[in-house]
Amino acid sequence: MAAPAPRILPQGECGLVVELGEAIGDAVNARVHALARAVREELGDRVEEVVPGYRALLVIHDPLRTPRAGLVRRLRALAARVPEQEAPPPPRVVRVPVRYGGAPGPDLEEAARLCGLSAGELVARHTAPVYRVHMLGFTPGFPYLGGLDPRIAVPRLAAPRTRIPAGSVAIGGEQTGIYPVESPGGWRILGRTPLRLFDPSPGAAHPFLLAAGDGLRFVPVDDAAYAEVERAVAAGAFEPEQERPARGGAR
Amino acid sequence: MIALEKAGPLCTVQDLGRPGHRASGMPLAGAMDRLALAGANLLVGNPPGAAGVELSLVGGTWRFEEETLAALCGADMAATLEGEPLAPWCSFRAPRGASLVLGHARSGVRAYLAVRGGIDVPAVLGSRSTYTRARVGGLEGRALRGGDRLPVGAARGRAPAPRRWPGAPPPCGGPIALRAIPGPQEDRFTAEGIATFFSESYRVGPANDRMGYRLLGPPVAHLNGADIITDALLPGAVQVPGSGEPIVLMADAQTTGGYARIATVIGPDLRLLAQARPGDEVRFRPVDQAAAVGALRQERRLLASLARPARGP
Repeated sequence: MAAPAPRILPQGECGLVVELGEAIGDAVNARVHALARAVREELGDRVEEVVPGYRALLVIHDPLRTPRAGLVRRLRALAARVPEQEAPPPPRVVRVPVRYGGAPGPDLEEAARLCGLSAGELVARHTAPVYRVHMLGFTPGFPYLGGLDPRIAVPRLAAPRTRIPAGSVAIGGEQTGIYPVESPGGWRILGRTPLRLFDPSPGAAHPFLLAAGDGLRFVPVDDAAYAEVERAVAAGAFEPEQERPARGGAR
Repeated sequence: MIALEKAGPLCTVQDLGRPGHRASGMPLAGAMDRLALAGANLLVGNPPGAAGVELSLVGGTWRFEEETLAALCGADMAATLEGEPLAPWCSFRAPRGASLVLGHARSGVRAYLAVRGGIDVPAVLGSRSTYTRARVGGLEGRALRGGDRLPVGAARGRAPAPRRWPGAPPPCGGPIALRAIPGPQEDRFTAEGIATFFSESYRVGPANDRMGYRLLGPPVAHLNGADIITDALLPGAVQVPGSGEPIVLMADAQTTGGYARIATVIGPDLRLLAQARPGDEVRFRPVDQAAAVGALRQERRLLASLARPARGP
């Protein structure tokens, strides 16, 4: 497939935005991640950092070390070599246990009512797909996930909450995600995971649970299973379960 | 160790930030006035990115538990050491047990206290900067309070003599003109909107913090709504939400955003806004890449000259 020429836009003297498309989708996002890899591999010594978004890549450089004009030419050439393609299977699928409803999921019943579904039907639809981590942002470790069943898209709360507990799993419009740290937010909270998406302790071996490009599946658990995972996480003894990519990628 | 006996309103450990983890959603954080922190470090013979203390509006009372070479740069907080006035933007030798008292900022907002050897709290993802929203870095990821004690790292080599900032100190406070590179989404604004942004004057609003400064003034008109597909942003980005009033994103800015960005304040000018108070006048002036790189080069030269103090004949 032909690779549409990107738009390259300045974001200050140290940032270049490489826009690869006009809409959110698995294919354009896969191209963003492929370009991010190519830039890291081939221009790693000339750029400071690359930050993937849904459909654009931010390339951060030191303009005194890597002048802009040459970098723009190199980025155009790289983008031309990274074709638009069907998204490859995610390198791994992380299983995220969620206790849906009750105190950890105060908005589950209302969200189900808005969709004309029972709470159980909403949970079934939320746990069916393998989601893709399109990008991380907002707070450390927050995944923007692609793949939500449009049937369970619900509008955000009219008045955002000031404090949402860490681990809350929520839907906002056509997006679903997990709040890694306590923060304000306006998405509807369906449940909570005991996993730590971000571990701020100095020397943490894996400070971030997820990386852009990963697959993710929500798995419903009861109170007992939640408590068991929570204890293992607190003891630092928890390794997230992963599905084999072939199983997740085929969907 | 240095001990904080009486704390000001927002006092945090900061270095030059935590780059390298934006793809995981980790903001840069670090000093709001990077020149002042880097300068204070260089005055005591530290690398520019050593950790120091960022003091906001009121500096508080500190005690040096050992003899220490220290420096204060940034806002003038009428500092005294054992009752003797200290000039801003200078380094000084504090005897063991000496008391450093800082009052309200007379101009500007933020002052930086650097100590030879740096503040030696544990690094998280390569940085000691405090990012309070995720409770990362600094002392337990939080703002400092009275009774806190901060460890001082070991210094290498010979300590430089106490000295003043060479030449006129960088400006802190007062009306400011910020140079900004248009984009990345200036095509999301009307021609009138762009003209308004670059010609009218704005004021710093009451809602401002380490994450962003909300400005008050004539609204900037969008062409077709304020929302864009969420993507990565940098400190200095000027986003314009539906209200039309610009928000300049600062050190603790989240890594991604969904509002159209009309321009990006150049790195060397962002400190001017970090030192501005509610009510201060802010203007924006469009510049191109070459002008921004020139300003950056000038800033690096200044820091390089601090790193190699001139010797007498």
